[in-house]
Amino acid sequence: MTTTALKPRTAPAAGTPVPARRKRSWRSYSVYAGLALIFIYCLSPFYWMIVSSLRRTADIFDNSPLPAPFSVENYVKVFDGSTMFGQALLNSLIVAGVTTVAALVMGIFAAYAISRLNFRFKSVILGVIIATSMFPGISVVVPLLRFFSDIGWINTYQAMIVPNLSFAIPLAVWNLTTFMKSLPFDLEEAAMIDGCTKWQAFRKVLLPLAAPGVFTTAILTFIHSWNEFIIALSMVNDPQVQTATVAISKFTGATEFQAPFGEQMAAGVIVTVPLVIMVLFFQRRIVEGLTAGAGK
Amino acid sequence: MAALLLSPTLLVLALVIVYPLISAVHQSLYRTESGLDANGFVAEGESFVGLANYVDLFVGDSGERFLNAFSNTTFFTVTTVLLETVLGLALALAMNRAFRGRAFLRASILVPWAVPTAVSGLLWRWIFQSDGIANTLIGSEILWTAEGVASKVAVIVAEVWKTAPFIGLLVLAGMQVIPEEVYEAARIDGAGWWRQLAYITLPLVKPTLLVAVLFRMLDALRMFDLPFVLIGPGKESVETLSMLAWDESNQLRYGSASAFAVVLFLYVAAVAIVFVKVLGADVTGAKHLRLARKANRIQKAEATR
Repeated sequence: MTTTALKPRTAPAAGTPVPARRKRSWRSYSVYAGLALIFIYCLSPFYWMIVSSLRRTADIFDNSPLPAPFSVENYVKVFDGSTMFGQALLNSLIVAGVTTVAALVMGIFAAYAISRLNFRFKSVILGVIIATSMFPGISVVVPLLRFFSDIGWINTYQAMIVPNLSFAIPLAVWNLTTFMKSLPFDLEEAAMIDGCTKWQAFRKVLLPLAAPGVFTTAILTFIHSWNEFIIALSMVNDPQVQTATVAISKFTGATEFQAPFGEQMAAGVIVTVPLVIMVLFFQRRIVEGLTAGAGK
Repeated sequence: MAALLLSPTLLVLALVIVYPLISAVHQSLYRTESGLDANGFVAEGESFVGLANYVDLFVGDSGERFLNAFSNTTFFTVTTVLLETVLGLALALAMNRAFRGRAFLRASILVPWAVPTAVSGLLWRWIFQSDGIANTLIGSEILWTAEGVASKVAVIVAEVWKTAPFIGLLVLAGMQVIPEEVYEAARIDGAGWWRQLAYITLPLVKPTLLVAVLFRMLDALRMFDLPFVLIGPGKESVETLSMLAWDESNQLRYGSASAFAVVLFLYVAAVAIVFVKVLGADVTGAKHLRLARKANRIQKAEATR
């Protein structure tokens, strides 16, 4: 990102008699006002979730912008065992983690083949792989649900991981291919001239260079799998194997008659916080990954 | 070599995409029927019914439910994608002019994107409670999460909140590669802000925007989590095709569930084809690659001269 790209692009309309300095300050105010609006738009719902989660059950319907009195009651309740929320978080971690690793391993090989080797139907194969990412989840779930119940896979991790690959693999292949294509071939060529085999050139030259791309892909795949809902909802009904997104959608609370909003918000915050931390740390990489196809 | 490297990917995709597709088409031609067999026992079996499941899409009660889900899906897709595009474009324009606080802004814009849809459904359900913050702020007493128009509005608001920043981010990336000289030239020629927007920015981000809109549309067509959590399953005013198919398979009516799934797949495929073939969305980057190669060749030819 160069500074020239950041210059404000509004032109002073030709022939306006307004002094330049006053005009600039007016304009920068409006820019800041716009940015503040964006900021509020993006964060206020999320802020409201955090605030609500920190209220006591008794004053959950308060509309004050800060929780008063401040209470972690809801967080304690979320983990008190009756909901198995801790187990659900662990399940999410396992499912999303295994999906990410599997998609990355297959994605790296496929992306290498597509970006470095010459073979027939290359663009067709890439096109088909990308097209599969457009496949609606329900069209995968309905037939596989039946197949998995026949082979006794219902309520297992693999019943979620395998269908998850239907969106994780295209995502990984697409991201890694774009990234590897952007790396120069010269270095590998030089290594091979110096006596490296193709495999060594891949492992010792390309892979270290591609590490940032692999990392970005890993984050994106993990976030997508962590957020997955319809597959986990359909393939599993045992709370012992349920993932966190499904678990909180079924949160009805242990004792109360009314929907336990405080606990729901607390659980929502817990599920989202790992992602928000990732976003804060790796925002640049995530944006690069998301816009890989766009910034051409 | 290439075949060896690609085979794991293609094998898995065959299992999770090709097999389900064929199986769905196959199952959609059958129907589970229970009756008494010759010995008077209750027997459950599947019988081949041909296209009956598809005919049922248009007649009777099931037909009404399907057409309702179909029009809900289309309505949500059109309204949310339209709003997202306009809002996303505005977000990108605003961010493009920011110098300071850019990283901070980018992180905050990623938050709605990162929130799991199921959680965002829960969050908006809380905001849209009858005595929740939304009604307090606008001073109304609307039942947002019951049936009716209000629930549609609730779904649209929640969906747009989550996805407009995503479009903004993609469009911003497209805007940042527009060289500043182009704008300078336009300014010298006396073009104002609106003209620069209409004649430079929009045409140049169009390819990016087209791909972003395509991906958003395909995503909106399979909308499931948000209405499911925000309003609930089986609610007429927000039931989408995905929810309908899910509900049918939950009732073990795999035949009709598969028929819905096949129809949704065809719908998605048709939209994708229109975008790629008619509007020329450059999804795989193939077009871009061809142009880049051409430019490269020209450069090399000039260098050797």
